[in-house]
Amino acid sequence: MTANTEALERQIAEWRTYVARGKAMAGPDVEELEGHLRDQIEALTAAGLDADEAFLVAVKRIGSLNALSREFAREHSERLWRQLVLGAESPGGKPPRTEAAVVLVLAAAAAVAMKLPELFGLGFGPGSEEFYARNLSFLVLPFLTIYLAWKRGLSISALTRLLVLFAAAGVVMNLYPFQLQGHTLPLAAIHLPIALWLVVGVAYAGFRWRESSERMHFVRFSGELFIYYVLIALGGAVLSLLTVGMFQAIGLDAEEFISRWLAPCGAAGAVLVGSWLVEMKQGVIENMAPVLTRVFTPLFVLALVAFLATMVWTSRGIDLEREVLIGFDVLLVVVLGLLLYAVSARDPLAPPGHFDALQLALVVSALVVDVVALAAIAARISDFGFTPNRTAALGENLVLLVNLVWSAWLYARFMRGRSPFGALERWQTSYLPVYAVWALVVVVVFPLVFGFA
Amino acid sequence: MAQGMDINKDLVAASATPLVLAILAERDSYGYAILKRVSELSGGQLAWSDGMLYPVLHRLERLGYVSGKWAKSESGRRRKYYRITQRGREQLDAERRQWQAVDTALRNVWSVLAARTTPELLSQGC
Repeated sequence: MTANTEALERQIAEWRTYVARGKAMAGPDVEELEGHLRDQIEALTAAGLDADEAFLVAVKRIGSLNALSREFAREHSERLWRQLVLGAESPGGKPPRTEAAVVLVLAAAAAVAMKLPELFGLGFGPGSEEFYARNLSFLVLPFLTIYLAWKRGLSISALTRLLVLFAAAGVVMNLYPFQLQGHTLPLAAIHLPIALWLVVGVAYAGFRWRESSERMHFVRFSGELFIYYVLIALGGAVLSLLTVGMFQAIGLDAEEFISRWLAPCGAAGAVLVGSWLVEMKQGVIENMAPVLTRVFTPLFVLALVAFLATMVWTSRGIDLEREVLIGFDVLLVVVLGLLLYAVSARDPLAPPGHFDALQLALVVSALVVDVVALAAIAARISDFGFTPNRTAALGENLVLLVNLVWSAWLYARFMRGRSPFGALERWQTSYLPVYAVWALVVVVVFPLVFGFA
Repeated sequence: MAQGMDINKDLVAASATPLVLAILAERDSYGYAILKRVSELSGGQLAWSDGMLYPVLHRLERLGYVSGKWAKSESGRRRKYYRITQRGREQLDAERRQWQAVDTALRNVWSVLAARTTPELLSQGC
């Protein structure tokens, strides 16, 4: 009997997760519906059905969840895209037309900012890489920050404080005497957006950035923005190819226009437009991220296990070139992204399931790969000494290692029912600033330590 | 339980408001019990898919016809109980008059048809 109720509880939990995924239904709605399901199951079991049958019949009677979601969406249309992002304090939000106008103006401003340096002879393209390496982040991210601050209703003084951070970073990036052909400038250029993304996050959370749930929303926002950005970029590429083709047919070369105007302006504007789409279509794509996570988690586990098995089988060590180093870091970041997404999309109340076991396997195999990479980096450092690249890779691996070790520990405890899932969620969200701090170290401290080489 | 005949969706939707309000006018209740009462009242003829009741309840709540309150049920679970409001009673009265008007019109036309078609059908040999 207890095994029976346990199975029933699991079925109900799975059903709840599934229902809760439709963003039209808020927590209390799901609870109400679950209460109904339980009442129905009780009545049916009292009439002689066993738990399994009763569950199936009760679920069937509730009816098509799609149709139900639609009804809920019609009744609670405001929820579809606001309920998650905005706190209780600003339920109204901004009128859509005004928002569209603000986004378009800011996107245009970002596009203009991309072209403005050209007036000073720093056109986008060969010859001014150094300028753009130093300043690319400042041409786009402040506009995104302004949009989010406006959307969240931050005060002017709060927004000013955030923009001062950008200005300070801009001063550092432009006053540092980076050596040409050095490694510290590219490293700083890569890490700067990561550090500044935290500022964007503060604007996003509207100064409630200490709260775990707000940080989780920002993680979702970032992932969804990435998905949208890739989609827009693909569309832009198709558009560019077709445009070039069309103009070729009448004997004109459009490539110059595309590479000097369309690509840079589009790339800058798309950040704003993408963010706006994420804010607006919250419900639509939010269902996409968990699906992608489910598809790719098993595949990444396979890839990592295959890699480790091959390494053991052929007893090859990792021969670390710089490209490979970065490759490993990217791999670990992707794994961490998958983990974060899976965590953000999961119902914290559901009991452990198969997917959690898979997730744990992913974390553990990533951990082993991380240790292997770390050993290789350490060996190289002890042979050839510290360079900016190796040190950055070492630091990133350590930062990721700490996260992965503790995640694996919390996941294992959760699987054995020792701690709630929320602990893992809180660990991930409280670790977020560590990435930004490390990125800041690479931007600010590295050039000083390595003499801007 | 008897399977309901296929009652037109629009008709089901239109009758949901007066039915739910009337059941709540009998006594305060919650989702599952309301559905059981609907089934009793219609002799199983009115088959809603259970879930659809909830958007209806939420709409009535938004319109101020009912008020919902979470409370502990006898089984210890939290449950949302609904109670009809004064506005809800007024709305119920209005609905009752409308449905009675429709009902009267239909009854009249049914009886005219019944009186007329029976001999016609007989003469066609059906």
